[in-house]
Amino acid sequence: MLGFIIQRFLQAVVVMAVMSVIVFCGVYAIGNPIDIVIPPDATQEIRAEAIRRLGLDRPLWEQYFIFIGNLLQGDLGRSFVYNIPVLELIGGRLPATLELVLISVITATVLGVSLGIYAGYRPDSWLAKTIMAVSVLGFSVPSFWVGLILILTFAVNLGWLPAGGRGDTVLIWGVPWSFPTLDGLAHIVLPALNLALFKLAMMIRLARAGTREIMLTDTIKFARAAGLSEGTILRRHLLKLISIPIITVFGLELGSTLAFAVVTETIFSWPGVGKLIIDSIGVLDRPVMVAYLILVAFLFVTINFVVDLVFALIDPRVRHGASA
Amino acid sequence: MSVPVLSVRDLRTHFFTRAGVVKAVDDVSFDLAAGEIMGLVGESGSGKTVTGFSLLGLVDAPGRIVGGSIKLNGTELVGMSQRGLRARRGREISMIFQDPIATLNPMLTIGQQMRLAMEAHERTSRRGADTRAAELLSQVGIPSARERLGAYPHEFSGGMRQRVAIAVALLHRPSVIVADEPTTALDVSIQAQILFQMRDLARETGTALIWISHDLAVVSSLASKLAVMYAGRIVEQGPTATLLRDPRHPYTAGLIASLPATAEPGAPLSQIPGTTPSLLSLPKGCPFAPRCARASDVCATDPALEARGDRAWRCFHPVGLSEGAVS
Repeated sequence: MLGFIIQRFLQAVVVMAVMSVIVFCGVYAIGNPIDIVIPPDATQEIRAEAIRRLGLDRPLWEQYFIFIGNLLQGDLGRSFVYNIPVLELIGGRLPATLELVLISVITATVLGVSLGIYAGYRPDSWLAKTIMAVSVLGFSVPSFWVGLILILTFAVNLGWLPAGGRGDTVLIWGVPWSFPTLDGLAHIVLPALNLALFKLAMMIRLARAGTREIMLTDTIKFARAAGLSEGTILRRHLLKLISIPIITVFGLELGSTLAFAVVTETIFSWPGVGKLIIDSIGVLDRPVMVAYLILVAFLFVTINFVVDLVFALIDPRVRHGASA
Repeated sequence: MSVPVLSVRDLRTHFFTRAGVVKAVDDVSFDLAAGEIMGLVGESGSGKTVTGFSLLGLVDAPGRIVGGSIKLNGTELVGMSQRGLRARRGREISMIFQDPIATLNPMLTIGQQMRLAMEAHERTSRRGADTRAAELLSQVGIPSARERLGAYPHEFSGGMRQRVAIAVALLHRPSVIVADEPTTALDVSIQAQILFQMRDLARETGTALIWISHDLAVVSSLASKLAVMYAGRIVEQGPTATLLRDPRHPYTAGLIASLPATAEPGAPLSQIPGTTPSLLSLPKGCPFAPRCARASDVCATDPALEARGDRAWRCFHPVGLSEGAVS
């Protein structure tokens, strides 16, 4: 196990190093932030001074190594636009995204797996067919459109739920959270639903496919022959047997949604990191972009690592390194 | 003969597929006394396994039991609710499958799986359940059973896994165990061990066994009586010794002749010409007629089951009887 952890750690270091180079070069290529950050009517001296202060007068490789040097000391640089440390900027936005994404991914998984198991268990029932039809919709309808329709229906026409913002927040560990207040929860519902729809559809399909396959195996027949009730078979046997692909997708979705909830956050003006990165790209705020993308790489590496650990935890064959 | 624990009459299980109705089990009847071992022999696709599943009420769609009667300890199972069937599965009748690698859940420990099977029919404390599970495991020949309750299936060999499956099937001391080729996937030496262990366990516990196999040699060393299936029907049944010595149905005779033990050393094994017919397009009358050397015009009609004493067969031209017996 220790060997496995060390190996994964080294892999992670390599991935992060490669990622930092790609990100740095990519961001460098998309435009010159000077033109946006410095007012056009500034004098030549102010302009030169600003370029020097931002470190943009140095060659790319030197900028990169300065960045890496600072990174290793825990300093991800300062935002060109807000002139505050990038970590502080992202840290201030992260809780908003975190609560939105966790609520939507967990809801989608719990609901999707339940519905999917039902659809796989009774594939010919009308309810199963309805579930599958809805899941096709969840796959094929674009997210931004669903968001707009949700706002139009529940916020504009029915007036039941707010259309945007975080609502009332509560400070926990010095950062604001929406979920503990009723008003905050009301603000979360629509964006969370918007984010969850696609994941829900995917979880339904995964759980259904797994269920249909597993229900035909001898394991299930043997459990039935021993007199186990269908409920026990589903809960104790099936759920474990279909869990591996579901956990894999859960991890991937959690990562990608945390990183790129951009569309939903923009539509519902949710002040999360997705909105921050889009704004930063708009004004070519290089330190924010670089730091953010590197954090995202870190996030993915970490989530994948945790997923592997969870595999080892639930599947004895992985834990024992057997090939049975 | 004592009162049978299991009495099957005219059992018919059909599969309603898009290509047509498959009569997987067609008119099967037999009785089983307590502690008796019956061998159910036939080629693949002859309906042996479906017969087994029918007895437990576990036939998957599109199949279902369309007629006949299954009486287990005097209670009719055909037409019984799923609830009633479930209450009997594992307690009065249980089943063991061919591939022990596929039957046990790889993600649960042996102890957990045995506890689930126990809790299906009674409330037990965890310690009580473990004690009983360990007892049964050592009974089926698993050493240091108590410690192995925490082990996962992949830590066992194929033979050991099958022993675990047998222990699960024996948990509630059922009246009948259907064993569907439980030794086919195992090494020959293990096969013999398990075979005789099962026989002893059946004797000790009074459990009747239905041993399904395509291997006449394996079954005949174990079973006191045999039923030979062909194309969904029992074509011949009777006590093992007489049936092997003096078969009536040409198919049975062909099976016996193709056994290596009966052949002269060095001589090629005899075989039954042709292949099993598709159950979708059975020939009219006797389904074995196209492969049968004794077939005549009369074989285009259905032969009825002819019962003589403790034997019965389904043939117009039985082997070993004068032709004059049937006009």
